[in-house]
Amino acid sequence: MTAGAATTRTETPLAAAGLQPPPSVLRSRGLRVPRSPKVIAGLAILAVFVVIAVIGPVIAPYSPNETGIYCRTACSGARAAAAWLQTIVVHPAEQVCNAAGTVCFNSPAVLAFLPKPPSGAHWLGTTVFAQDVWSQLLVSTRATLLVGFIAGAIATALSVLVGVTAGYLGGNADEGLSLLSNVFLAIPGLPLLIVLASYVPSAGANVIVIALIVAVTGWAYGARVLRAQTLSLRNRDFVEAARVSGEGRMRIIVVEVLPNLLPIVASTFLFTTLYAVGAYVALAFLGLAGAPNASPAGLWNWGEMLQQAYPQNAVASGWWWWWLPPGFCIALLGMGLALLNFGIDEFVNPRLRAAGLSRRSARRAGISLRPRLGITPVMHRRATGGRHSATAAVATDAVGSEGAAP
Amino acid sequence: MRLLLRRLSFYVIAAWVALTISFFLPRVMPGNPVQEAISRATQSGVCNLECVNAIRLELGFGVHTSIWVQYLQFWGNLFHGDLGSSWTQGNQPVATLIAQYLPWTIGLLGAATVISFVLGTLIGIVMGWLRGSWLDWLMPVATLFQAIPYFLLALVLTMFFGETAHMLHLLPSSGGYDVYTVAPGMNWPYLWSIVTHAVLPAATVVLASMAGFILGMRNQMITTMDEDFVLVARAKGLPRRRVVWYAARNAMLPSVSNFSIAISLVVAGQLLVELVFNYPGIGYHLFKAVEDLDYVLVQGIFLVIVVVVLVANLLADLVYVLIDPRARQEAAG
Repeated sequence: MTAGAATTRTETPLAAAGLQPPPSVLRSRGLRVPRSPKVIAGLAILAVFVVIAVIGPVIAPYSPNETGIYCRTACSGARAAAAWLQTIVVHPAEQVCNAAGTVCFNSPAVLAFLPKPPSGAHWLGTTVFAQDVWSQLLVSTRATLLVGFIAGAIATALSVLVGVTAGYLGGNADEGLSLLSNVFLAIPGLPLLIVLASYVPSAGANVIVIALIVAVTGWAYGARVLRAQTLSLRNRDFVEAARVSGEGRMRIIVVEVLPNLLPIVASTFLFTTLYAVGAYVALAFLGLAGAPNASPAGLWNWGEMLQQAYPQNAVASGWWWWWLPPGFCIALLGMGLALLNFGIDEFVNPRLRAAGLSRRSARRAGISLRPRLGITPVMHRRATGGRHSATAAVATDAVGSEGAAP
Repeated sequence: MRLLLRRLSFYVIAAWVALTISFFLPRVMPGNPVQEAISRATQSGVCNLECVNAIRLELGFGVHTSIWVQYLQFWGNLFHGDLGSSWTQGNQPVATLIAQYLPWTIGLLGAATVISFVLGTLIGIVMGWLRGSWLDWLMPVATLFQAIPYFLLALVLTMFFGETAHMLHLLPSSGGYDVYTVAPGMNWPYLWSIVTHAVLPAATVVLASMAGFILGMRNQMITTMDEDFVLVARAKGLPRRRVVWYAARNAMLPSVSNFSIAISLVVAGQLLVELVFNYPGIGYHLFKAVEDLDYVLVQGIFLVIVVVVLVANLLADLVYVLIDPRARQEAAG
């Protein structure tokens, strides 16, 4: 890396992040990561969704498929009729005549189902099919998260396999594998995904199949990032030492290289999961992930809810309670994953850490956040420090020693 | 020149891989989706025997030639510009159909991407320069926008501004122009109608894609401002604007070289945005074709999307060579 040249963030070697590999790499890192407010917020959001994914289908008051829920128990006669009537708009029958009033005919009543806005009985209202939105939302969380995480895990495994192998082996293997991942990066992912899914109409019924399809289109970027990082690790002294002391190639990769890639692997997992959730929801929105009433039945997910609401004109008709909640959940989950990812970014690149610092904690730490040239506040926390005891080490050297290439 | 040739050959390989995938998919996929497509075409009543046979030939279903011969024929047809014909669109050649759809998509995509890249980069530069200032409130906002799928943002914008929705009635939210009141042609009402109909889709794409450019640029700017040359520029007493410009120019390089990833995402997002706004581009028609199991049209559109994205990548590479002296040197050598 030449001085003065802008290098991509992902190529910044770990040493540039001030991370000397300590003897017990895992433990010391585990202590340092989850402290920033971003990470805590991200973890909290994720935890809530995971809990809902686990217990959602159990606590859902209705079945997501159940229609006509207004009258569930002991409904008969007038009460049933009354409950049902609330759900329909009636343009009453009327007599329509021409201008002269000579020809008249009876226009029949026009009936249409009307979704109910949120109420005590239905916390998020009902759909045009008289289904409970809150129940649908609870049930849908599971498949959305499952597909996201499984696809993220598969894609990350592929990225590690391709990226680390390419970076470590070098030579022809590197050329071939890099070409492969660059090709998959250049081919637009979603169109490929749509074409793939259109040939597997039953994919939506099986979490693993749909996750596999999503993962196939989402591994390339992670592979590229991991390859760059592996390249910069390959010739470090400690790897060299392992090689000289006669350790096997597999062992060096697994024991020496991989642990130092963990933050990047974690970040890869988070952004591929984010991609997978987006891709799954998009596929479902397009009706390519199987409808719950189809055969084989697709899984309820947030995209499916949007897919049902959109063609029924829910947006134009102002039935916000039907499509905004799943949309909000998608955005919130995405934000949680992105926040966690930022936390890892800041962990890997300490220069970004001070940039994310709040004014108050910066003052407490005794550093100025005003842009001062040549001076990068590099934040770190005392190992024993509590939540508010942030201290700053100000790298006052103009060269930015922590940015110097090894 | 050598660099460009290498990039060009890379894109040729990428296109070859994508098209080969799209050739083999209908032939190897389990569960006979093609059979269903053909029976739907047969039952539709608009696809006669000749048309059904054309579909069979195109998708390699029930054809007795070997798959390699079919593969050669596939490429032969491609080089003749023959993409088959679409039974759902009155048996028109797919190439003709795509020629009708493409200008809408390219126009919207081009305008939205340029606006988004320029605005996003500028905001990123300012945010990187003034880190820790009040501008940092943009960070969570940008994160949120990055996390929202394009089509969701499209729905929200429709709710607020769409003519058909109940709130502001500001802008048309369906179609490429007003098919009821204006006639296509070079006249002002038509052009104006196109512009107003493009506002909401373009705004969606800009808002959704800008966050990525902002965040990337900001982080790169923060990293670049610590470089020596920025300090030197400052120490020489150059005006602040010049210093920022020096730093920004260098910080921009990764943005440009990462453009290929960005453009894939933007294209993917825009396809869905077109569906939400019923915008008559290739995305909208891709989904209609998928719905109708018109695989010949699906394949044709996929091919065009791949080519468009790869050409955009090549253009980004050219720009990179123009603005980065190191790449220029390498390209010259």
